[in-house]
Amino acid sequence: MRRRTLLAASATGALLSGCAPERRRATGGRITLRFQSLAWQRESVVANKQLVGEWNAAHPDIRVEYVQGSWDGVHDQLLTSFEGGEAPDIIHDATDDLADFAYGGYLADLTDLLPRRLKAEIPPRTWQTATFDGGVHGVPFLQEPRVLIANRTLLERARVRIPTPERPWSWAEFEDAAEELTRDGTYGVAWPLKEPVSATLNLSLSTGGKVFHRGADGKVTVRFDPADQRVPRVIHDQLGGDRTAARTTLGMGGSDTLPGFFGGKYAMVPLGFSYRQQITQQAPKGFAWTVLPSPAGPGGDQRQGVSPQTLSIAADSPYQREAARFIDFLLRPPHMVRLARGDWMLPTGRTALRDPALRTRRHGWATGTALAGQLRPAPAQTVRGYPEWKDKVATPSLQEYYSGAIGMGELRERLVDDGNLVLARYQR
Amino acid sequence: MSPRPTARRPRPDAARRDPSTTRSPAAVRRGPTARRRAARTGQYLALLGYLVFLAFPLLWLVSTAFKPPRELASLHPGWIPDHPTLDNFRQAFEEQPLLRSAGNSLIVSLAAAVISVVIVTPMAYVMARHHRSSLSRAATGWIVVSQAFPFVLVIIPLFLVLKEVRLIDSLSGLIMVYVVWSLPFALWMLAGYARAVPRELEEAAAVDGAGRLRVLISVTMPLLTPGIVATALFAFITAWNEFFFALVLLKSPRKQTMPIILTHFIGTEGVADLGPLAAASLLATLPSLVLFAFIQRRITSGTLAGAVKH
Repeated sequence: MRRRTLLAASATGALLSGCAPERRRATGGRITLRFQSLAWQRESVVANKQLVGEWNAAHPDIRVEYVQGSWDGVHDQLLTSFEGGEAPDIIHDATDDLADFAYGGYLADLTDLLPRRLKAEIPPRTWQTATFDGGVHGVPFLQEPRVLIANRTLLERARVRIPTPERPWSWAEFEDAAEELTRDGTYGVAWPLKEPVSATLNLSLSTGGKVFHRGADGKVTVRFDPADQRVPRVIHDQLGGDRTAARTTLGMGGSDTLPGFFGGKYAMVPLGFSYRQQITQQAPKGFAWTVLPSPAGPGGDQRQGVSPQTLSIAADSPYQREAARFIDFLLRPPHMVRLARGDWMLPTGRTALRDPALRTRRHGWATGTALAGQLRPAPAQTVRGYPEWKDKVATPSLQEYYSGAIGMGELRERLVDDGNLVLARYQR
Repeated sequence: MSPRPTARRPRPDAARRDPSTTRSPAAVRRGPTARRRAARTGQYLALLGYLVFLAFPLLWLVSTAFKPPRELASLHPGWIPDHPTLDNFRQAFEEQPLLRSAGNSLIVSLAAAVISVVIVTPMAYVMARHHRSSLSRAATGWIVVSQAFPFVLVIIPLFLVLKEVRLIDSLSGLIMVYVVWSLPFALWMLAGYARAVPRELEEAAAVDGAGRLRVLISVTMPLLTPGIVATALFAFITAWNEFFFALVLLKSPRKQTMPIILTHFIGTEGVADLGPLAAASLLATLPSLVLFAFIQRRITSGTLAGAVKH
């Protein structure tokens, strides 16, 4: 009866607008794969569409349909699609969003689907970022280190040593440089801390910070040891102590700091590598800028955490082997280079990273590629309950700490005590 | 027409109490007028302030849509672009199928508005005329309860139901969802208008010999028109702006609606291609503005003023 009612409603709806639902199908031996891409920058969308076109031209029996997705709301959209069995076959996402889907059984294990070439192309430490419970649930293909985008004129005027990937600043040197650069209404640095958690955790790898510790029983607990506290303390002191960092950028995203950066209010801004695209587009004519490596920890440790973008295959897809073939095609070294250049990010593939187009000093590409070897899985990557810990505990606590409302003791207490309560619920 | 000044007779003991403030009869006549003018000026200033507050985002959007990238990142942005450009519009049209998505949005929104009104009008009339009945009370309860459910709570069951009847990735399915979603509030809104239609007018028409249907068509419906228009506008704008259901329920690029397309200008960590996004957003606001401009006359209240003498 209920079914009849629903069918009647369906028929009414179809009559009203005349738009019948469209189903994906395999007819006459021809397969259609749906590829949901989250590429959004013009060059990146063009590169993706071109590659899909090239695939379709070469593989008439395995057609790929390009579906434009959006980073905004992608988690909810994918979750609903998985639940309803309507997920795209090939899914573009990022490793920090995959844990719930991988543990939930929505993503295919790619271990036996991917060709040896692709497996060998990407370093094991990068594969770790998409490995959950021993299964590989995504192919990490693009990543971006956090770098310092600096006003070259102000740097030269302050006569500070310009750091290089071979000889980066230590955190102490970075603090000194920020002090030297703070003068005449200019702040040495602007920390865009609207989303403080990933920046703090990822940069803390250089000082030996881990925050999440996995025990012998496989359970994860939060700790906030001195090594974890080093980077937050530097940021806190710059904001509230020597005032070498602008407090007004505390609630800003990276893009929001650019007008002040171009206007000479801030000499340096720690940003993701891909922000260079916006800078080339928006910087005033004649504005001199440069890309510097992030400060290093003890012994020149330049490690930092990243959450690479990934390509996954839906567990429900009936064409997993064909989808894996398409991923292999999309991530051939020259193709990976095209995708990386389109997104202004670094490819994960060894061969792609050697491409001269990504080794040029222009727009700081060489600095980024020199850092690629130091990129590690972001500390929280595979931790279940991390999104809740981040939203409910870490983000408000770090924001309060950086604004000076609470001290390090209170911050530690909240991150650890409240944080472990959250994680415990996911690990029963 | 300006209000007529009314002279107030001075109290006989006023001059005795404070001779220094004794005013001439002319001044006494001017007093209330001046106060009224000051009050009116204050009202207009407050209204102007409110209009500026409301218009600010739209005006800023217009300004942003015509600015080149360098001006968008200026430390001291101005209202008027120094070098106005249409590049943002060109880029927006080149990169995304704006016209097709606008067409989809228009189909979905118009259908949702029309169907909502058709369903809601008789319901609202019954609720207004029989507001003490248990049916009316149940409907009111339904309205209140329906507003308590957030999108995320209903989306998965809704998705499964629509999948069952093969209405995923279909504009028809989306229209049904929008109609159902806007129905409770539309009903509550229109019932308020229906309650304001004096029963005496219907009774007078009946006394003059009009039948039930004639009364409804010739008396009630014309008086209810502003409410129906406002309800349709509400349903239209709700559907036109809706993002989450469309994001989840539509799969094919050809069927995506305008709000989905707008998010394609936004990347990770909230980074946006601001110029084209502003240009596309400006285009997205136009249909609502045009529609509103056409039908605002019908929404103006006061149709019933003086209809019944109490």
